[in-house]
Formats: sequence, C-alpha cells, structure tokens
Amino acid sequence: MIPISYFLVLSILLFILGVAAFFIKRDLITMFMGVEVMLSAANLAFIALAKAANSIDGQIIVFFIITVAAAEAAVGMAIILLVFRQKKSIKSEDIKLMKG
Amino acid sequence: MAIIIFFILAILCVGSVLGMIISKNQAYNALFLILAFASLGGLFGLLDAPFIAVVQIIIYAGAIMILFIFVIMMVNVREGIPPEKKKWTLYLSMGLAVVLVIELIFAFKGAFSLTGGAMEKSGPTELGRVLFTDYLYPFEITSILIIAALVGAIVLIKREKEE
Repeated sequence: MIPISYFLVLSILLFILGVAAFFIKRDLITMFMGVEVMLSAANLAFIALAKAANSIDGQIIVFFIITVAAAEAAVGMAIILLVFRQKKSIKSEDIKLMKG
Repeated sequence: MAIIIFFILAILCVGSVLGMIISKNQAYNALFLILAFASLGGLFGLLDAPFIAVVQIIIYAGAIMILFIFVIMMVNVREGIPPEKKKWTLYLSMGLAVVLVIELIFAFKGAFSLTGGAMEKSGPTELGRVLFTDYLYPFEITSILIIAALVGAIVLIKREKEE
C-alpha cells in the first residue's frame, strides 16, 4: 500500500515545476503548458485525497477540472494564434502593450 | 510491487516536466508533456481511479496536446527563443519557488498522515451514478461552459472580411 503522502509530495513537486515553467519559459505556448501541469498536479492531489477519504466525490471534481482545462486550452490557443497574427511573435516580452 | 511502479511513474513524470523546462524546442516540449500526462494517468490508476486514468490519457495526452501541436505547427517560429537576458529573474523565481514549496507543505501538513485503505466503490459505474444524480446540475453547467469556449474560440480566431 503506497502512503497518500507520497502522492501529495509528488503533487506539490509537479505544481512547483508548473509554476517554474510558467515563469522561466519565454514563449506563450510553453507557458501555457506550465498551466496544464499545474492543473494536473491539482488533479493528482484531488484523487489522492479522494482515496484517503474513501469517497468518489474527488474523482468527480477531477472530471470537471479536465473539462475546464480542455475549454481553457481551446480559448487559450485561439488567443495565442490571435497574438501571433498581430505581433508575428509568441515571445512574452514582445507583448507588453495593452493596446495595439 | 505497487511502490516500484509508483516510483517509476513519479520519476518519469517529474523528469519529463523538467525536460520540458530545459528543452528549447516547442515540439519537444509538447512531447515531454504527453509523456508526463501519460505517466500521471498511470498514477491515477494506482489510486483506484481507472476511469479518470483513461480520461486523462484520452483527453489530456490525446486531445489537448494535439491542439497544442497544431498550434505549434501554425506558429512556426524559425529562429527559436533567444537566451535569457536578465539573469536575476531566474534566481528570483527559484527563491519564490522554494517559498511556495514550504507554503504548500504547510498547507498539506494535516493530510500527510492520512493512510487511505482500498476504496469500496470506485468503478466507472459508481462514478457515472454519482455524476448523473448528485452532480447533475454542475454537469449540465459544464456543457454550457464547453459551448461558450467553443463559440469564443471561433469568434476570436475568425478573420474579418477585407473590405
């Protein structure tokens, strides 16, 4: 039997790596991937705690998180394509003006 | 036996996310992320969540990453990403990451002692029953969310007609 704390530590580690990817990387697509990693880390924590509580509700929440992540990915990719069309670049430092 | 599988999957997952941070090529980043999501699917399977494991692999590693790869294909940046100019941001982010680790460990402190036995009812049948009875209302709202995201993405990306 694997202790739940192992999964929680792994979840913390993955979340931190997602945050680090978001802040270290310079292109919008990889920054977005960092967000996906953070969401997955949250999913892992939810499922581990659902097992600890012997309840299926945590898995339902993960179901919704995956759906929201898919919707978010669709809209985010549309925004990235829009930015690329306007600026001809997807580097985060090129996008510093609110308008134009 | 299960603990060996756990460590293999955990190392694979953390290693591929680290590879995503280190690698400069966006297409490789996407492939690393697919590996990370697939191993996370295995971890979900270890946690008595077989349906979520399959959904994770089909939706995350399948659908979402295909979307990423299509966008990488469309946004083909030839010269790549230039190296960092400001070094201090890296050190600052490392320091803040350490602070965040400590914070999260404190937040999870109470949960570390949980043990968790085998789940009695965790199959797809039980999941579907709960989803369509107790969580029917959020489930329906999710469908509205998906429609809104779909319409939003199309409206955002649609080219205006040239006049």
